[in-house]
Amino acid sequence: MLLHGKTLLVTGVLMDSSIAFHVARLAQEQGAEVVLTSFGRTMKITSTIARRLPRTPPVVELDVSSEEDLSALADRVREHVPHLDGVVHSIGFAPQGAFTFMDASWEDVSTAVQISAFSLQALAKAALPLMSAGGSIVGLTFDARYAWPVYDWMGVAKAAFEATNRYLARDLGPQGIRANLVSAGPIRTTAAKSIPGFERFEQEWGTRAPLGWDVNDAEQAARACVALLSDWFPATTGEIVHVDGGFHAMGV
Amino acid sequence: MASTEQEILEGLAEIVNEETGLDPAEVQLDKSFTDDLDIDSLSMMTIVVNAEERFGVRIPDDEVKNLTTVGDAVRFIQGSQG
Ligand SMILES: NC(=O)c1ccc[n+]([C@@H]2O[C@H](COP(=O)([O-])OP(=O)(O)OC[C@H]3O[C@@H](n4cnc5c(N)ncnc54)[C@H](O)[C@@H]3O)[C@@H](O)[C@H]2O)c1
Repeated sequence: MLLHGKTLLVTGVLMDSSIAFHVARLAQEQGAEVVLTSFGRTMKITSTIARRLPRTPPVVELDVSSEEDLSALADRVREHVPHLDGVVHSIGFAPQGAFTFMDASWEDVSTAVQISAFSLQALAKAALPLMSAGGSIVGLTFDARYAWPVYDWMGVAKAAFEATNRYLARDLGPQGIRANLVSAGPIRTTAAKSIPGFERFEQEWGTRAPLGWDVNDAEQAARACVALLSDWFPATTGEIVHVDGGFHAMGV
Repeated sequence: MASTEQEILEGLAEIVNEETGLDPAEVQLDKSFTDDLDIDSLSMMTIVVNAEERFGVRIPDDEVKNLTTVGDAVRFIQGSQG
């Protein structure tokens, strides 16, 4: 088993369509002990969905925009497990206004950047007291090198997120902790469906990706997350692994 | 185990009450979740997930937007139980 004896903190499980749900499921199947996080009104949904995992994990409260939650995180996790080998960042949010590039306000944009990019540093910092050499932090991005239809300021936030990952790799490397991202193709999750015009990605992707693409399959991205959490990428950090059917490598 | 329309309605009313505090008696077949009961999308997700557990059915996301009234939900759940 790839994650035998490892303990993981997995953020971002909302529904059983969430990418993080599949990471948690596969991680448990691969021998890991998992603790989930959720926040506010979504706590109830996450707790119900958690029962659909092979083993029901505890759910601790973490709103990444709350200083209070961030500083309490290590203690809340310690109530369930003594240390962490891995942390999964599967969090994204932008107000609707952020999806109209030329009309978005700084308020919309700053929220998107705080919750979708800065939160990677905030989460890593909050979990750090529980981590040690060999630890792995994994996040999920959507290829931020390009301007996409409708993704708009979320795309800008993802560019900041990808840069954040590189700086994390720089600052946590000396402690033996790796930081990597999985760049996934479009998957039909709650977050994706809240983006107006998400269908435009769905159609293109399947025809251009050499391996094809299934928007209903979150497991492919989740598998890559599990691999990056394992001991099988020991010298890889600051990296972005594309799990997109090969879309990113094609010209037309 | 298949339930009657009345049993599903009562169960659903309980779930709605738990999530929103609405009086279960308000939850009637012809009531719209959004317009009459003022239920937002996050509460609707919570209600759907809890209804799935309680009635042992799956309500796909794509189906949820077709469930305008309480009656739509009751009929969908009853149909899924077969
Ligand atoms: N679905 C896709 O097409 C796709 C593609 C590439 C990357 N991603 C990325 O994958 C990640 C997970 O998204 P998903 O597609 O599984 O959707 P999802 O809606 O299932 O998950 C998003 C999660 O973010 C959490 N979240 C939002 N605001 C938060 C806050 N303030 N504090 C803590 N958690 C918060 C939500 O509770 C939810 O669990 C996101 O980073 C997303 O950008 C998604």
